[in-house]
Amino acid sequence: MLEIKNLHARADNKDILRGIDLKVNAGEVHAIMGPNGSGKSTLAQVLAGRDVYKVTAGEITYQGRNLFELSPEERAHQGIFMAFQYPVEIPGVSNVYFLRAALNSIRRARGLAELDAMDFMAVAREKAKAFGLDESLLTRSVNQGFSGGEKKRNEVFQMAVLEPTLAILDETDSGLDIDALKIVADGVNALRSPDRAIILVTHYQRLLNYIIPDYVHILINGKIVKVGKKDLALELEQRGYAWVGEAVASA
Amino acid sequence: MLGSAKPSPVPEPARADMESLLLKSVSKQEETYLDQFRQGQKELAGWGHPWLDQVRREAMARFSGLGFPTTHREEWKYTNVAPLARIPFRPAGFVLNGLTQEKLSRFLLSDPGSSCLVFVNGHWCPGFSSLEELPQGVYAGSLADILENNPTRVEEHLARYAAFQEHAFVALNTAFLNDGAFIEISPGLVLDKPIHLLFISTVSDTATVTHPRNLILAGPSTQATIFESYVSLEDGVYMTNAVTEVVVGENAVITHCKLQEESRQAFHIATLQVQQARNSTFASHSISLGGGLVRNEINAVLGGEGIHCELNGLYAVNGSQHVDNHTLVDHAQPHCTSHELYKGILDDKASGVFNGSIVVRQDAQKTDAIQRNKNLLLSKDALINTKPQLDILADDVRCTHGATVGQVDQEAVFYLRSRGIDEEAARRVLIHGFAREIIERIKVEALVTLLEERLSAHLSTYHKTRERV
Ligand SMILES: Nc1ncnc2c1ncn2[C@@H]1O[C@H](COP(=O)(O)OP(=O)(O)OP(=O)(O)O)[C@@H](O)[C@H]1O
Ligand SMILES: [Mg+2]
Repeated sequence: MLEIKNLHARADNKDILRGIDLKVNAGEVHAIMGPNGSGKSTLAQVLAGRDVYKVTAGEITYQGRNLFELSPEERAHQGIFMAFQYPVEIPGVSNVYFLRAALNSIRRARGLAELDAMDFMAVAREKAKAFGLDESLLTRSVNQGFSGGEKKRNEVFQMAVLEPTLAILDETDSGLDIDALKIVADGVNALRSPDRAIILVTHYQRLLNYIIPDYVHILINGKIVKVGKKDLALELEQRGYAWVGEAVASA
Repeated sequence: MLGSAKPSPVPEPARADMESLLLKSVSKQEETYLDQFRQGQKELAGWGHPWLDQVRREAMARFSGLGFPTTHREEWKYTNVAPLARIPFRPAGFVLNGLTQEKLSRFLLSDPGSSCLVFVNGHWCPGFSSLEELPQGVYAGSLADILENNPTRVEEHLARYAAFQEHAFVALNTAFLNDGAFIEISPGLVLDKPIHLLFISTVSDTATVTHPRNLILAGPSTQATIFESYVSLEDGVYMTNAVTEVVVGENAVITHCKLQEESRQAFHIATLQVQQARNSTFASHSISLGGGLVRNEINAVLGGEGIHCELNGLYAVNGSQHVDNHTLVDHAQPHCTSHELYKGILDDKASGVFNGSIVVRQDAQKTDAIQRNKNLLLSKDALINTKPQLDILADDVRCTHGATVGQVDQEAVFYLRSRGIDEEAARRVLIHGFAREIIERIKVEALVTLLEERLSAHLSTYHKTRERV
């Protein structure tokens, strides 16, 4: 589904990604772990099409297409969804208005009929309930004044409504209490299917107890330095990144 | 250097000559108004009542003395009214020019129970107005009517608040004060539907001027919403020079909303003068979308303890529009709060001014005043001059102010795009959202619906694709 080859990206004259290779097949869940500032969010943002990051080398194919030819909105139309590490507040635009506009643009692009306000509300209410999102948050301005946890739930809620083919979750587990974490994990697991794939960026093994990944990648200093199965996350939790660094250096 | 394209500087004497020439032409304009006054004063409603005649005469004398303000005056530094002063406006008559009830409908509140007073070129038009639903205890009608038939009813209040001594346009309005709305709400009355004052200008081949004058007397413990709107059906050059005086009684809760949607070639100058009594709440929502050159002034005098005053404003301009908002909150007594938020959207070569004054007088301890002004510049040629002016004479007060000028948030644009919304739509959604923060503060649903509609129509004329800032 997704193949990243030798990806280099920079921002502000700073090289951030320095040769990433990653292959994600349909049906798989990949976890990406790594210390602060290693480039995890940059990778996620590049996948979503954020243009402050300049790709200086490498290629990305998504469903057989060159991803760089697609605008951010076209990527969304093609089923890519990225849950932001820091969801953006949008004053004056209600959550439901925003999400209906999003869903309808995607549906339009796919040649499907748009949902009217009533039909959409029915869907939104049901999903909001499933993700323990207080209904009052639906009519409030997008993320404005939401607590940290509410923002993260809102991201997962959007994901559930938009039903992406490739979901990239950037630290969606950070700032969540244990109950919220389970709800989010349930949401992600519900999305799991043979024709979908999920990339989880996380710092904590905890999330991976609920969402069992097929692969765990360790990203350090703009490179994936180690790939393993789910046990790698456990080992990492016990021994820290220094261990990986040393292991790589001595290898 | 040879061949330099630099224009040679105008020699000093020539410049001085130009200045005096300009002054001359301005003073000639003032004479035009004086002539109009001399010839037409007997036609003004209620002529012959000594106090009224005197107010008008004093105001006329004051206008002649002051003259149109120049940009040398600090208060008019960024708004040049010379183009307006140069045009020989004629008093606008009651000319329908094909105006029908049907054509008015898009300016009206959809709420069936609401009342509306319609003025055409400043003249009360009972045929288009609807006052059937007004409850007992509230009077709403033509000021000219009152001045003709029962002037003592307004004598105590009319022209007592809006100071014409220091303000040329208020003086001009007062000299020619004739028609507009007079609203009086009896003590204790709670109006659940807004009263709409619709001022519509019909355009003729000569440039015309109207001086709408409104007086709103809200008795103690009343609650009401007054909605003033200024519109025109066609594009054309004319001037609206309006003054509204609002007297808010003790414990009253009054909301005033104004929508300015004049022709893009029109001049719109307006003063809203508010006098609040103790424990009253007054909220103003001023939405300015139209006009070529616009100046809105709001002066609120907090003349008792326990008053709350809220001033919200939105200006959205493009093309070569210029909009100037001057507000003054006068904290004259202790334990009052004032909250002010003005937001501006400026595109193309449009320019704006926000000047927010807060005066806290010596006795006004425990004052809590907040003022904010936020601007969104959509083009590199758009311009905003924003200035807070705090004059604090008491020591135990909390006064905060802040102004921001920014562009559409690129991170927010990306957030929307990453969810499938195209770039153009994303920008539109964000600009609209920026504006909506002001509209949302209005609690009257019919008003919100109308304003949303007008705002959407207005913003849809903004640039689609072009060089971004
Ligand atoms: N727009 C930008 N301009 C300049 N530097 C940037 C920009 N975005 C990221 N960086 C830098 O690139 C590096 C990687 O940032 P990134 O956000 O990808 O890290 P991360 O792995 O997600 O970290 P964390 O775990 O703290 O979220 C950091 O040093 C960061 O300061
Ligand atoms: Mg990150």
